[in-house]
Amino acid sequence: MQTPVVTTERDLRLDLFRGIALWLIFLDHIPSNLVAWVTIRNYGFSDATEIFVFVSGYTAAFVYGKEMRERGFVVAGARILRRTWQIYVAHVFLFAIYLAEISYVATSFENPLYAEEMNVLDFLKQPDITIVQALLLKFKPANMDILPLYIVLLLLFPPILWLLQRRSTLALGASVLLYVLTWHFNWNLPSYPSGHWFFNPFAWQLLFVFGAWCALGGAQRLAAVLQSPITLAIAIAYLVFAFCITLTWYIPGSETYVPHRLEELIYPIDKVNLDVLRFAHFLALAVVTVRFVPREWPALKSPWAWPPIVCGQHSLEIFCLGVFLSFAAHFAMVEISAALWMQVLASVIGILIMVAAAWLITWYKKAEGRRPGSRPKTTPDADLAGGEA
Amino acid sequence: MRMPLALLLAGLLAAETALAQERQTCEIPRSFLFGSNDLKHVTEAVTKQHKLTIAVVGTGSSILAGPEGPASAYPARLEAALKQRLPGTAIKVVTLVRSRMSAEDMAHGMGKLLADEKPDLVIWQTGTLDAIRRIDPDDFRTALEQGVETLQKGGADVILMNMQYSPRTDIMVALGPYADNMRVVAQQHEIPLFDRLAIMRQWSDSGAFDLYAAGKDNVLAHRVHDCIGRGIAVMITDAAHLRDLRPGQ
Repeated sequence: MQTPVVTTERDLRLDLFRGIALWLIFLDHIPSNLVAWVTIRNYGFSDATEIFVFVSGYTAAFVYGKEMRERGFVVAGARILRRTWQIYVAHVFLFAIYLAEISYVATSFENPLYAEEMNVLDFLKQPDITIVQALLLKFKPANMDILPLYIVLLLLFPPILWLLQRRSTLALGASVLLYVLTWHFNWNLPSYPSGHWFFNPFAWQLLFVFGAWCALGGAQRLAAVLQSPITLAIAIAYLVFAFCITLTWYIPGSETYVPHRLEELIYPIDKVNLDVLRFAHFLALAVVTVRFVPREWPALKSPWAWPPIVCGQHSLEIFCLGVFLSFAAHFAMVEISAALWMQVLASVIGILIMVAAAWLITWYKKAEGRRPGSRPKTTPDADLAGGEA
Repeated sequence: MRMPLALLLAGLLAAETALAQERQTCEIPRSFLFGSNDLKHVTEAVTKQHKLTIAVVGTGSSILAGPEGPASAYPARLEAALKQRLPGTAIKVVTLVRSRMSAEDMAHGMGKLLADEKPDLVIWQTGTLDAIRRIDPDDFRTALEQGVETLQKGGADVILMNMQYSPRTDIMVALGPYADNMRVVAQQHEIPLFDRLAIMRQWSDSGAFDLYAAGKDNVLAHRVHDCIGRGIAVMITDAAHLRDLRPGQ
């Protein structure tokens, strides 16, 4: 057993990549958006969700781990639970906005071509059941699955963090075991009206705990592996392979070039249960990123890096805003025009609004007495980094 | 250098005038329709028995409401297009559509369908309701496999047809996992997939149809179904290698 080695200074790369992930999630959530072609899900198996969950696990461990060492299990645990509550409230707020949009569509849309698609509005006929199921996190509209995943992950985080700080290998091993058992026994939480959670918490916890493990000294332990040229070569080879496979999804007719045996081996690539191929793709991306973007990369301090970094530092607020903005962008496309110029405009304006909001939140926090001495320096950026959502 | 290139292009175009005429009304990129999966039973039925029985199994998006609905929906349009393309073949398209059926519900009915209709080809339209109800994608896939295997064992060819592209509601329904599973099942069972989602999206992007329209526009619905019916007819004649049978080619 060894005491974990933890660096105290905040790693700006985490904020940068979480901020970029938030932008990508926003772009992916606007339906029929050609700008979303730039997002990473079109070039490999994993997408922004993986980055987001990993970085959130990392920052949660970084912030609450420090708190737990200095002020004990109870205080840190209580703060984690308070954060969980905030995310729950944010989720319910987003659900209210979703209800507003869908109710509007229900009253304004009567195209006979889409009689079947109108069934999506069925749940409005039973608001008594639907709203209660939404509050229980069982009814989750499309694109609103990430926050419930976070709520469950954070709820269970205090004991995991406790174990990570004492026996980190054991904690990571337990996480891997839970992942394997989940795949073996098909564990998942139930959803309403049918099916299961779209992001299975029992599977996705692996990425969150792995992020936390890296924050608490795991990254240093992996340093030798990460620096090895063999690792880099394997990672690049895997990224190229994933890219080629992904291409066959978008170029009609090209899927015939994928050997039958390989198809049977890799498909389906399961997002619900965090497919091993997706996890490996994220790891490969991380290996390449860590290699080419060092911690002291000067560009991290440049004005160009500031917009995504500031978004990444307020992830809960900016994530919620992003979901709202994707609804708004869809609304504008439906009501005004769905032409390419509108898609580009909505995407750019959306990101600008996200950056402006993040800047405003920073300003509020400064103005509200983050003056030196007003609050102990022992919890630097706690709320910022605590924005695990 | 430009002249030979132009000649080459002109030659290519001339060779496909018949296709091009259809494309002018509802253009579908060739790659969406032409794959490497064959429809062997269809080839046999048409070339040897000069008949073709097709069963369309699906849900609400395979029918249209109103008095002109049955004649305007894509199964009827497919029948008309095939009769035109395959003169001398007795074409029969039966429609077995029930709204609010999941893939699993439909898969259970495939055995009875084979016995009742003895189709050479089954066009199975599904996915929308499963996506709306958020049925487990794994369960959806299992149901698809079960249905397709029943049909294949029963001696029928299969074409899978996925969801409609519906821009007004697509923020509310996550179609992705269901469309992916349909593509994978089609690939693994070597059957054609009529990618209605991508085709209609292409029509929307190219401005051929305004699929954002909210009003009660029956004309739009009829035109879209007509194009879908013709698209499937092209897909069938290609996958069953029946192009050569067309007169005047």
